[in-house]
Amino acid sequence: MATPGLSPELLTAATLTAPVRLANYLVALPVVVPLLFASGLLMMRGRLRWQPAVAIAGMTVLLVINLLLLRRVASEGPQVMMMGAWKPPFGIAFTADRLGVLFACAAAVVALACTIHAAATVSLQERRYGFFPFLFVMIGGVSGAFLTGDLFNLYVWFEVLLIGSFGLIVLGSEHRQLDGATKYCFLNLIATTFFLVATGLVYGLFGTLNMADIAMKARSMEPNGEVVTIATLMLVAFGMKAAAFPLNNWLPASYHTPRFVVSALFAGLLTKVGVYALIRVLLMLFPAERGGLSMVVAGVAAATMIVGALGALAQSDLRRFLNYLVIAGIGTILAGLALPLPLSSEPTAGPLQAGLSGAIFYAVHSMVVMTALYLAASLMTRRADSASLHEIGGLWRSSPLLAAVTLVLLIAVSGLPPFSGFWPKLMLVQAMIGGGMGWLAAVILLSGFLQTIACARLFALAFWRPAPAVDRGTDEPGAMAAAGVRAAAVSIARVMAEGRSEPSMLPLLVLALLAVAIGLWPQGLASLTGAAAGGILDPAGYHLSVFGGAS
Amino acid sequence: MEAALAFVVGMLFAVAIYLLLSEHIIRMLLGLVLLGNGVNLLIFAAGRASAVAPPIIPVDADVPSAVTANPLPQALILTAIVISFSFFAFLLVLAYRVYQDLGTDDTDRMRLAEPEDDDLPPLGY
Repeated sequence: MATPGLSPELLTAATLTAPVRLANYLVALPVVVPLLFASGLLMMRGRLRWQPAVAIAGMTVLLVINLLLLRRVASEGPQVMMMGAWKPPFGIAFTADRLGVLFACAAAVVALACTIHAAATVSLQERRYGFFPFLFVMIGGVSGAFLTGDLFNLYVWFEVLLIGSFGLIVLGSEHRQLDGATKYCFLNLIATTFFLVATGLVYGLFGTLNMADIAMKARSMEPNGEVVTIATLMLVAFGMKAAAFPLNNWLPASYHTPRFVVSALFAGLLTKVGVYALIRVLLMLFPAERGGLSMVVAGVAAATMIVGALGALAQSDLRRFLNYLVIAGIGTILAGLALPLPLSSEPTAGPLQAGLSGAIFYAVHSMVVMTALYLAASLMTRRADSASLHEIGGLWRSSPLLAAVTLVLLIAVSGLPPFSGFWPKLMLVQAMIGGGMGWLAAVILLSGFLQTIACARLFALAFWRPAPAVDRGTDEPGAMAAAGVRAAAVSIARVMAEGRSEPSMLPLLVLALLAVAIGLWPQGLASLTGAAAGGILDPAGYHLSVFGGAS
Repeated sequence: MEAALAFVVGMLFAVAIYLLLSEHIIRMLLGLVLLGNGVNLLIFAAGRASAVAPPIIPVDADVPSAVTANPLPQALILTAIVISFSFFAFLLVLAYRVYQDLGTDDTDRMRLAEPEDDDLPPLGY
């Protein structure tokens, strides 16, 4: 398509003349701050002992910025910043709507908790290899993906977060890790390439990459096979990133191999970015085509839930168990995206909105609780000196606080009241029954039941039962005492030499308190996710904020 | 022109997917490179290829004087090339390191992260 000749009037009309409002820079700050800290930390290679404090400060700043942005978006609607003062749809738009900012806030909470945990557990050598810079690059990519309003830009942020995550997953270079990293890297790179294919097709068909523009053009377009192809490709690409069945096998092959804190970050953030992109692209950009794919999404969601729950039942390694719980959670979220299109002309009411609201709620809950569970697994493994359910035991006696917190988290992840997992599941089940998909509601409950069994068994084995007698080659009390003294000496020496110490319970406690608070006072978050779902299903406000009513 | 490009893109995708289905990492890497190049050509075709003037504005003008080619796909492709090149470099090093440390480039034999003899959790205590 050749560009038609532009008159000077058109050219001046293509750029914004008014200076960007200072307040609008807030939209870009959640990306700018992590990238600034990443480069700053990279320059602090000679001051490895200062890095954790700087990193915690950076994450705190990010969280405050995201909360400020959330307050503004919740009261004033979507906020936009056009890059380089180009008018939409020519320039890259950063558009912060309720969905994106809500996810960004949850991501910042999770990232801060993980950074505090990492400050105690990441050794000096791992810091020298760039743990904290990689962490901030990944968080910058995640924030960018949540806030961008441009499809190609979304691809770029996906790649930014991928390269950060590649750096984190291979950190340590154990053989197990290299194996897991190979599978993780290949599959994720293929998924983003598929997304790029779909993006190229979108540009060929619509001639624009601005999401608000695409959403309006797709709504006014006659239904045709090309858009269905694009929507299906997007479903495959983001389904792969979100670890939806049958493209889920990379996740249980890799998420248990890196450092615990890296697992926690990945479980909390990366699959949820895939879910976010699915919601953004399928429900906001191509709603009619998504309606046609409704049964496919429903089948994928059901299979993902069952595979996740059954997989969790069969694992004896703590983190491999949690990997499958992540997958089951993804299935539950996808169920909320599966409802058929509403028949009434009112797009923002009815079961679809309720289901989407429940899915967003569940995603936020899952980010907090899954991260907390991996951090709990980190502490359990440290205290029991093993990650296998065959060997852990008796932790209730030795660490009662950890046991209590883990119990809360396990109940929350199973979806039992009164914690954070219950309400979104209730919303989802109600929406499924209201939308005529009772069988999917039954699958959600069945999967929840299986997860409850798996979690209850984990708790019974790791905490309740007395510590099993594992033959470690030291039977005599004297030898054991000597071994204990030696181990203590080694650990003290390690703390001195590597900058590691016993991680505090603080981040875990805060995340668990969040899960309890969401469970006891769900109304605030539920109204926010309801508004976010409404903004996705009826993007008029999103479009207005980008184009200012002109277009 | 677009038809010819579409054919090339289709061939590249077919070869890439065939190579990606292999169990050897080196063949998968080659498949990934071909897939990336196929996508680049696809974006190029999506921007419409035709024999028109390059998008260069004369010194004394504000706007192009004639119909020009669409420059946006080239910007997109340039971004995609840089990204896919850097990822290819990373994966190449990772694959080499895996070959050194694990002694194989056969993904079927890479079972360290998920051992085949991993048993079920205890059924009681």
